[in-house]
Amino acid sequence: MTEFVKLFELLISASLVNNFVFTWFLGLCIFFGVSKKMETALGMSVTFTAVMMISTAISWIVYKLIMVPLNIEFLMIIVFIGIVAGLVQGSDTIMRKVAPALYYKLGIYLALISTNCIILAVPLMSVGNKYSFIESIVFALGSGLGFSLALIIMASIREKLELADVPKYFKGLPMAFVVTGMIALAFTGFAGLIKH
Amino acid sequence: MSATTEEISYWELIKNGILKENTIFKLALSLCPAIAVTNNLKNGVFMGAAVIFVQVMVNVTISAMRKFIHPRIRLPIFMLVISGWVTVVNLGMDALVPDVYRSVGLYIQLIVAFASILARAEMFASKNTIMPSMFDGIGMGLGFLVALVTISFFRELIGKGMLWGVPIINAKPLLILVLPAGGFFAVGILMAAFNWMYAKYFTKGNSH
Repeated sequence: MTEFVKLFELLISASLVNNFVFTWFLGLCIFFGVSKKMETALGMSVTFTAVMMISTAISWIVYKLIMVPLNIEFLMIIVFIGIVAGLVQGSDTIMRKVAPALYYKLGIYLALISTNCIILAVPLMSVGNKYSFIESIVFALGSGLGFSLALIIMASIREKLELADVPKYFKGLPMAFVVTGMIALAFTGFAGLIKH
Repeated sequence: MSATTEEISYWELIKNGILKENTIFKLALSLCPAIAVTNNLKNGVFMGAAVIFVQVMVNVTISAMRKFIHPRIRLPIFMLVISGWVTVVNLGMDALVPDVYRSVGLYIQLIVAFASILARAEMFASKNTIMPSMFDGIGMGLGFLVALVTISFFRELIGKGMLWGVPIINAKPLLILVLPAGGFFAVGILMAAFNWMYAKYFTKGNSH
């Protein structure tokens, strides 16, 4: 039971308290890139969460079963980026053959994912924090959900922002940054949710 | 090309990296570290230096090998080169500046996922000889460093009243700027300021 509580805490922590976008500032390129429309934001969220969990699981297995016994932990950046790139390329090919309908919907997000720093940060952090296999997966799920939440909030605001009268030099990205700052400020309210 | 035009074009390459294609303010790429590490000047400077090193070394390596890389597998090879150099920086900084590394370490490792470095390797270094690629790397890296230094300068000065850990302003600081949320505000406002400055001073001068 305590084990379960701990996992739940980890999930909440990764998705709300230490939200990757608002407190770690990771995945911002994607965050600003795909949050213009709700539809793309949703597609990205689903694809991203799924890929993240699979890649974290594979990275954990490779790290624990291959890299630690061989004493090559210093190669982890190269190995992890290789896993992500391979996974993205592989699922791209498999999805195109097996589920073409899904591929046409989500395919373009797959290609974008390999440039997302969160997907690399999660395996690196779960190694750094010495998470167990289950903990790593829960951590990945939480990060994915947190990122999705951020994307959806931002997309719904930006759709309205299109119509707003923004000062000339603030148009586009600068304004998006200021808005993100405000959301981040709101997210600091979650900080007390978990005792450290 | 004669020697003089080449010298000018090196200068142009550096200027291009700092102003016209400034990674952060103009292209809006590699934003993660721009906010994450810039709550004090020291971190900003070291992060910028790490990026310059990686960008220059990657550009040089790729352009030296460009004839041997088969176009179909070029992206995995670029990634491999980038992550190799990032590992070098990562281990180097861990050994040389451990106190900085403790706070920016994760972001150093994530230089691998910088779109800007891959983009320069793909668009510039894989098509040009070594010297122009090196200067292109210096230019892009300097642009990144300038942006990081500007952001962290304002954030540390206003948010803590300090620069490089030394107290400067003897007043109650505006704490929000060193908080995560303040980072977004600072980048948003500086980006708008950069747009304004660029529109006002550089668009006419560049159209000769």
